[in-house]
Amino acid sequence: MDYLLTEEQLMIRDLARQIAVEKIVPVRAELDEHNKFPTDIMKAMAQADLMGLYIPEEYGGMGRGTLDFYIAIEEISKACLGVSTTYAANALGTYPILLFGSDEQKKKYLPDIAAGKKLVAFGLTEANAGSDASGIQTTAKLEGNEYVVNGTKQWITNGGEADIYTIIAITDKSRGPRGASAFVVEKGTPGFTFGKKENKMGIRSSSTTELIFNNCRIPKENLIAKQGMGFIVAMKTLDSSRAGVGSQGVGVAQGAIDECIKFAKGRVQFGQPVTSFQAVQHMLADMQTMTEAARSLVYNAARMIDSGAKDFSRASAMAKLFATDTAMKVTTDAVQVMGGSGYMKEYPVEKMMRDAKILQIYEGTNQIQRTVIGLDMVKEATRQK
Amino acid sequence: MNIIVLVKQVPDTSEVKINRETNTLIRDGVPSIINPFDMFAIEEALRLREKHGGKVTALTMGPPQAAEALKEAVSLGVDDVVLLSDRAFAGADTWATSYALSMGIRKIGQYDLVIAGKQAIDGDTAQVGPETADMLGIPFIAYIRKIEKVENDTMVVERMMDEGYDVVETSLPCLITVVKEINQPRVPSLKGKMKAKSLKVTAWSAKDVNADENKLGLKGSPTQVVRIFPPAPRGGREMLSGSVADQVAAVAKKLKEQSLI
Repeated sequence: MDYLLTEEQLMIRDLARQIAVEKIVPVRAELDEHNKFPTDIMKAMAQADLMGLYIPEEYGGMGRGTLDFYIAIEEISKACLGVSTTYAANALGTYPILLFGSDEQKKKYLPDIAAGKKLVAFGLTEANAGSDASGIQTTAKLEGNEYVVNGTKQWITNGGEADIYTIIAITDKSRGPRGASAFVVEKGTPGFTFGKKENKMGIRSSSTTELIFNNCRIPKENLIAKQGMGFIVAMKTLDSSRAGVGSQGVGVAQGAIDECIKFAKGRVQFGQPVTSFQAVQHMLADMQTMTEAARSLVYNAARMIDSGAKDFSRASAMAKLFATDTAMKVTTDAVQVMGGSGYMKEYPVEKMMRDAKILQIYEGTNQIQRTVIGLDMVKEATRQK
Repeated sequence: MNIIVLVKQVPDTSEVKINRETNTLIRDGVPSIINPFDMFAIEEALRLREKHGGKVTALTMGPPQAAEALKEAVSLGVDDVVLLSDRAFAGADTWATSYALSMGIRKIGQYDLVIAGKQAIDGDTAQVGPETADMLGIPFIAYIRKIEKVENDTMVVERMMDEGYDVVETSLPCLITVVKEINQPRVPSLKGKMKAKSLKVTAWSAKDVNADENKLGLKGSPTQVVRIFPPAPRGGREMLSGSVADQVAAVAKKLKEQSLI
């Protein structure tokens, strides 16, 4: 397949692939088994200039586009979704600063993020605010030159490991959706602590914790954009990162196919390799066809974003939806093709199947994605009437 | 701290075939890589530069396509590269190669340290490092597994031995060869890869490095390869399988049976 990638994009792909093969594959099972954060891998990715891929050159990044970034995510996801979640969540936490931060904020935070010296996390979700972001209860009250933050964020990727947190808190309850604001909170700020590390089904090398704010005072300058713009910041951030979850889906699906075909070629039953049976060939064909279709949706969404399109919500929702449903289906089928071996921890596909499930849940469940797509269709039909 | 790394481009396989007539390696159709031990040398040079500042230059002798190995060195972060490429260099044994490299190093000029891998995976001689040091008249230490410190004009290193290690202090400049225990080589950086892509490697000829043509290539090579043959299989092996405990028990039983323990 030719994906019409530029020479630079191929370079990024090869580089991410080299990191995946040399630094991730040998340790992924151990990281998964012991819930171990991939610190060394993040350092290797920083040294390879991959942490600042999407950050403009003036802030120390590589100034590459969305597709370039997604290609890197896809390659890392082929090897381990736990690592790629850590990597992608770093960007998710960076987007609020990148998209809405002041020049001072960008100068203060982006160079260290681009160099991989500081990790970032995005804090939106709470116990009562998941798909319904309007249920946020964390508050930020302006007192003199400081905001006082109180509340608890839940299931925050890179929690405890990140140095910089971009969070959404309510600054004026009476204003509803316009009463939320986005802030930067740095690790080590008094009143800011972390809950326990969650024990997850998959993506176990990634860190997931609560963020606990107890009269945490942050300088007024840490407000991102204007007071009341919190939901816009959050929605634009999720819009920009959503199709990236699709590229995680494409990556893990392709990784599972590559593993299971390698195994199946060598697995002899009834006197011949199981790949000589049409039942297996047809499964493989469906898995690869779905994955290619998912890749097309993801690359298309990325190219739309890179072309400067204003409204790409539907395209990125479709890419996320289809690619992650595909990832679940393909990783499950990869276990099936490998039979009993696929179910064992000696092979990586059982982990891929466990890891894939989160893709249908985080950064907007696939039910929410369908709502986004459906509403956009209805809106368009209404406009055309 | 200015460091020169000796790099060799080798075939990417441990099962190279041999031309029976010329007794040389058949390299056609085999992809080329940087000698894996030289990757540790490059990494150590980059780490020293990160700590002490200065410049890292990669030096190789080879045909024009050896420029690819130098480009890979640049993608890893090496500042400068030198390719010695000339028909006069062709057919060199380790002695003539070391002479050419030493003349290249003299031409590069000011340096504090030369690092090479302990040996190349194609020839496996481990001779070029020490011979080059000898021709340059500088100290040589082999099998370095750690550089403990660099201070002024001295350096303290750990040399790996069969049992344990030696701590050796040396004056600078010197030449060391390194073992794989010394570090974990990095992957290239994107900036490095982009720099490497646009890099044009210019070759130095024998004349450029003021080399005596009689000491180069086939003419300057005292080594004569009389015959190359695969060693006869040792035979009488038995592979054990099962859990580690079972295997250990089986080995212990065999040794007892033969009254060895």
